[in-house]
Amino acid sequence: MYGATVDEIEDAAYDDKLAEFEARIARGEKIEPGDWMPDEYRRQLIRMISQHAHSEVVGMLPEGTFITSAPTLRRKLILLAKVQDEGGHGQYLYHAAETLGATREEMLEALLSGKAKYASVFNYPALSWADMGAIGMLVDGAAILNQTMLARASYGPYSRAMIRICTEENFHQRQGEDIIITLAQGTEEQKAMAQDAINRWWWPSMMMFGPHDSDSKNSEILLRWGVKTRTNDQLRQQFVNQMVPKLHKLGLSVPDPDLHYDEESGNWIHGEIDWDEFWNVIKGNGPCNAERMAARRKAHEDGQWVREALEAYAARQEAQPA
Amino acid sequence: MNDTQKQALAAYLIALGDDELILGHRDSEWAGHAPILEEDIAFANLALDEIGHAVVWYELASDATGENPETHPNHLAYFRDVHDFRCVQMVELPKGDWAYTIVRQYLFDVAERIRLTALAQSNYPPLAEAAGKIKGEELYHLRHSAAWVKRLGLGTAESNIRMQHALNELWALAHQLFMPLPGENDLTPDDIVPVSANLLPEWEAVVRTAFAEADLTPPAANTSPSRDRSVHTPYLIDLVTEMQKVARLDPDATW
Repeated sequence: MYGATVDEIEDAAYDDKLAEFEARIARGEKIEPGDWMPDEYRRQLIRMISQHAHSEVVGMLPEGTFITSAPTLRRKLILLAKVQDEGGHGQYLYHAAETLGATREEMLEALLSGKAKYASVFNYPALSWADMGAIGMLVDGAAILNQTMLARASYGPYSRAMIRICTEENFHQRQGEDIIITLAQGTEEQKAMAQDAINRWWWPSMMMFGPHDSDSKNSEILLRWGVKTRTNDQLRQQFVNQMVPKLHKLGLSVPDPDLHYDEESGNWIHGEIDWDEFWNVIKGNGPCNAERMAARRKAHEDGQWVREALEAYAARQEAQPA
Repeated sequence: MNDTQKQALAAYLIALGDDELILGHRDSEWAGHAPILEEDIAFANLALDEIGHAVVWYELASDATGENPETHPNHLAYFRDVHDFRCVQMVELPKGDWAYTIVRQYLFDVAERIRLTALAQSNYPPLAEAAGKIKGEELYHLRHSAAWVKRLGLGTAESNIRMQHALNELWALAHQLFMPLPGENDLTPDDIVPVSANLLPEWEAVVRTAFAEADLTPPAANTSPSRDRSVHTPYLIDLVTEMQKVARLDPDATW
């Protein structure tokens, strides 16, 4: 054999491209849709962004159940605006994933068939009005930490979608906190309602950051390629440090008997997460997995004739002479 | 305005607010369940506007009778008995399929636009001003529902049949919007509000043209099953119970 094989030449070219790609990320440049990127980078981003989009869309469901019974007109309007924003976030994120070559139909199909995941936290039920507060304060609070990090992600369209989303999420978190503050300062029943909601949403929110770094199979490559800039455990620690003093100040407790303050590090140290529950909900066995997917499938199936009519109407408009 | 007229105006505005609140409630039920994501967003936004308008009417009603406009709107929504609501029956009915939702919204939006145009000329300046403001937002609703009437009327055979069914069911009910509202007769002589029946011909002309363009035909029967806004369907009881269930857990609590 003389010289290099085609594979080797391609490999050499691949290595050069990869080196340049990684150098760009190291320089803090954004990767844009038409730029060269490793297939794995594209695959990981489509997975993350579509999962994120699905989470926004499925996330409309638990709060949606309380729009019709929000206890004041002002609360009702705020909650509606929030759920509307979530739909909007789903929309930007689907667009961001489309820039990587995924189509909305493929992504929806993956969600409805159960192949694609969404944030497991939405597989827990919203049982009382106080849950609107707990979801806003804890779930959105956790989401913001993750999203603030992703606003610095190396992929331009994802980063820009996140910057926009973060601004609105801050407002969502404040509305949640405001509900919890109001209840915590209210009647005994209201305080009990708030505590019950915090008890139920605390651990699912802690789980939102994902497995420990040592068990997270995607973390290493995502950190290397600048999609993530902080680890799951770092973000989780930041969340605990932020939330514990807020809850204590309101006279609410955190449902973690092992929780304690560590003088040396200045961190609130939390007890171990129930990882069996975490994996079980991811596998589809959470309290509401079946209900959430049934709601999405029903909306999709009931809307089939509407989408067909839209296509037929669009085709008809196109066929018409100008 | 004399005291009788103030009371009449409050009753009139509460009825308008009830239409908006109850329709907004039905619209909000689509959030998370619409046929395409864009409509989850659009209908949440519609509901937001409708309920926001209900608040505007309730506040004006509170002003007219010297109630506190900060607290009275919540009282009207959450602590009135279901029999005291004064919405038309059309807005109480369940959301139905997408065709039903669209036809109802369209029939309502056209009627509302015509009424708001008249109210913007009211001799009572706060009412004229509020109507002018709301009219701008309602124009977007009307464009949205009118576009859907066309798409679904002219889409597929199935979409056309579903739209026609919805129209058959809703057409007579929509005529209740043109029956005199509570208090109306005390207010029309001074041009504070329009005579509802006088708004009907324009409404008919607009919607009949749009339906004809969408290959849809209103049925012959056009007599509303009820003239009186104090008569409701059983659906309103369920709706109001749901709407008030958290607020009534503790009426003295702050939420």
